[in-house]
Amino acid sequence: MSETSTKHTLDPNTWIDKYADYLFNYAVTRVNDSDIAKDLVQETFFAGLKSAKNFEGKAAERTWLVAILKRKVIDHYRKINSKKGKAEVRMNFYENSDNEGSWLEERVPQTWDNDADKMIETTELKSALDQCIDNLPEKYAMVFRMKTIQEFETEEICKELDITASNLWVIIHRARTQLRKCMEDNWFNS
Amino acid sequence: MAKFIISCDEATTICDKSQYGEATFFEKVKLNFHFLICRICLRYTKQNAKMSKVYKMKAHDCKKENNCLSSQDKEQLKKQLQELEA
Repeated sequence: MSETSTKHTLDPNTWIDKYADYLFNYAVTRVNDSDIAKDLVQETFFAGLKSAKNFEGKAAERTWLVAILKRKVIDHYRKINSKKGKAEVRMNFYENSDNEGSWLEERVPQTWDNDADKMIETTELKSALDQCIDNLPEKYAMVFRMKTIQEFETEEICKELDITASNLWVIIHRARTQLRKCMEDNWFNS
Repeated sequence: MAKFIISCDEATTICDKSQYGEATFFEKVKLNFHFLICRICLRYTKQNAKMSKVYKMKAHDCKKENNCLSSQDKEQLKKQLQELEA
């Protein structure tokens, strides 16, 4: 019997038509910025072309390109993660010293008046939320969006960004605490 | 007994986790125990459930979006790839 297992081949001339939208959508659901997503897709095709000679034909073309894009997404995450200080607007909500972990008096959640009226789905509500998410430190916004808006599984996010589950929950917690406060100031009690 | 006593920071972390249905039973016990002594975290929790509803609206909107590259962008990408190949 002859070897019949099909070996996959690469055909870079057809990449854009076949995979550009798929890869772009993959990237944009993770980085939530179409310009960054575009750059990542471009880098993926370039890297793919460069390493085409190393392609062994074990995986399908698309799977192979997605694997490259995954690396690019991790690189992007690490880059925004290491950006320290710059435009960081991380807020502290809890005491650090004496009463560790208790609410800081000035950041205690306030009661919301008439919140039933404010919960109705409107474009104003959505744009208030968008603004609050944009105010988060980039890394928090990325993890928060993947978990809450794109509704990825915890395990998947941890694998894709190479972080631990407890790391993820700390980020989600900080993001949600800050978002609650931002929406309180700019929507519920404004 | 000491194991049951958690700070507000920990309590609200558990509360956030439970918004995704991912808090463990023991964590929920600790959280409810904390509510007995802390009304602020109880308030946080109630508001957090409302925030989850708001996020759901947003998530629902995003599901409907289909992200594509413009044909302009694609043409440009093709040119760049061809240049690299040459």
